Amino acid sequence: MIMSKTREKAGPMLRPVDRADPRDVGGEAQPLLIVRNLKKHFPIKGGLLNKTVARVRAVDDVSFNVKKGETLGIVGESGCGKSTVARLLMQLIPSDGGEVIFDGEAVSTFRGISLKDFRRNAQMVFQDSYSSLNPRLPIEASIAYGPRVHGASKGTAEKIARELLVKVGLKPELFGPRYPHELSGGQKQRVNIARALALEPRLLILDEAVSALDKSVEAQVLNLLRYLKRHLNLTYVFISHDLNVVQYISDRVLVMYLGEVVEIGAVDAIYTAPRHPYTRALLASRLSMDPAERVEEAPLTGDPPNPIDPPSGCRFRTRCPHAHAVCAAKAPRLTAARAGIEQEVACHIYDATSGHPDAGASLSGTGGHAPRRTVEASTASAGR
Amino acid sequence: MTMTSATLDLAQLKAMHDDQPAMISRGYWRTVGARLSRDPVTLCFATVIAAIVLIALLAPWIAPKDPFKTSMAYRLKPMGFRDFLLGSDELGRDILSRLIWGGRTSLLMGLVPVAVALLIGGTLGVVAGYVGGGVNMLIMRLMDLFYAFPSILLAVAISGAMGGGMVNGMIALSMVFIPPICRVAESATTQVRGLDFVEAARASGGSTGSIIAHHVLGNVLGPVFIYASGLVSVSILIASGLSFLGLGVEPPTPDWGLMLSTLRQAIYVNPWVCALPGLAIFITSLSFNLVSDGLRQAMDIRM
Repeated sequence: MIMSKTREKAGPMLRPVDRADPRDVGGEAQPLLIVRNLKKHFPIKGGLLNKTVARVRAVDDVSFNVKKGETLGIVGESGCGKSTVARLLMQLIPSDGGEVIFDGEAVSTFRGISLKDFRRNAQMVFQDSYSSLNPRLPIEASIAYGPRVHGASKGTAEKIARELLVKVGLKPELFGPRYPHELSGGQKQRVNIARALALEPRLLILDEAVSALDKSVEAQVLNLLRYLKRHLNLTYVFISHDLNVVQYISDRVLVMYLGEVVEIGAVDAIYTAPRHPYTRALLASRLSMDPAERVEEAPLTGDPPNPIDPPSGCRFRTRCPHAHAVCAAKAPRLTAARAGIEQEVACHIYDATSGHPDAGASLSGTGGHAPRRTVEASTASAGR
Repeated sequence: MTMTSATLDLAQLKAMHDDQPAMISRGYWRTVGARLSRDPVTLCFATVIAAIVLIALLAPWIAPKDPFKTSMAYRLKPMGFRDFLLGSDELGRDILSRLIWGGRTSLLMGLVPVAVALLIGGTLGVVAGYVGGGVNMLIMRLMDLFYAFPSILLAVAISGAMGGGMVNGMIALSMVFIPPICRVAESATTQVRGLDFVEAARASGGSTGSIIAHHVLGNVLGPVFIYASGLVSVSILIASGLSFLGLGVEPPTPDWGLMLSTLRQAIYVNPWVCALPGLAIFITSLSFNLVSDGLRQAMDIRM
């Protein structure tokens, strides 16, 4: 790699980390983040007395792990609860149940890691690069704010800010004193990344961090993220609706539908052999560069059901081509899809004891679902 | 996928540095200053305000005569009569001297209530906007209560209840201006609070006080300050109205509103002299309004 050749003149740039992280508490096998039964039900208030008349089940019983050093992609259509998960992880909104465990220590509990310490370790990059920077602060001051809050002196914080600007490819002497409106979208998002890195976090939550950028800038920022991850020992939770981007950056992928996890697994397993009917539909909806592989029929039609009153049993059943009586009766649990492969799916079809007529049979054999383009064709085009 | 390089290497990072244009950014206030220097109207009226303030401050030295000295012989003389440059009032006092001294009280009545209201209303508004929920409800409904009355009526009612006098007039005016300033501060804060950079500051571990000081105030003070500067002229006008009704400044203190009130009876005798205090009020409030407009444009950094 070019890295090794240019290492001697690296100067302020970074070198890959190959030693163990001194901040590591639980050891390599301990997941950096364990999320258990996370819930968020937003109340809808109405009526004369401002009573809660309904609840939006934005996130319902979401559980997953994030391993040290990996990138977990979270995908799903708009309104499935991706961003709510991000805000719950960062403790920006209170959860209605469940727990978040950071490197073996429960976050914001008496015995676990304090909220302030957790926030030093976990940071977030927001989607809207414009509104996530204070328009009245020079970007250097925006980046230096975190270290200042955590007790760094003014000089140290400014030094950290300038070093980070170099790391994200912006000349500190040129950009440090500028205001956000004097920067382009891509530059602003790089400043946001620098700001998130200012506290030297171990976990970075990227909520649609590249979605608002145009394609060339998006690629630039994605490459920057990869570079930073290698050199700063980072773990990413990468939230996006863009399936190609998630495939590019992730090691594992989590698919959400209507506030629930429907499938989780290694990126190759999910993209080459999606199990859940929703994941299959989602992947089938991707556009291909090859005109021979056009999507002629929409793999899914209509909108997701109302999260205020989600369908009983499996939430996807109202749009699922394989729906059956059992799907309405009971909710499927996440279970291993195949032995030996890291992939879990929440669908009765893959549970031989569920009572679903297709249970145990291979899904691709049924041919019942809408898209004419086969999943095999779509994955071939998506291969890296 | 069309992404060609899977990694970002040093060469690319260096290239990123190299294609950045060499532009040095000015600081915020320098940008505002540069914008103001290209705005002749604002500059001109800012000079007028400065001149009025200066004249008021230097009143004891530049007023040609004693503003309290009455003279039965020279009542209601026209402009330029002997050494009465702008004529004399119904008690034979020099109009020019009284105008110069009156600027002191009028400016005080214009600036002090707005400053007090800015402090109280601004604080209440930022707290209501940032904390939200029940606190917001309580503060804003209380403000609505004051809103129910027309501002002049409210000022008259309050100073009427407390009795006349300059201090009571100022208190009354402050109470009139607290609700609108509070509302502007509240809506600006609510807007800012919902933005991602406040979330990001919270995610960085900032306390509520620190976030308000570093991230909220900077974005709220601008609009609130501009709104308040527009209120200065309103305050001068209402204060003149109070004096006119005998509720604000008490005679014989020289005050533009009071002068207008007393000279009004002499309007058929000497119309030009009677119009002078009104002209002073007009020029001052117009200047404050125009400068406030200019500031709004210069301070909106996103324009």
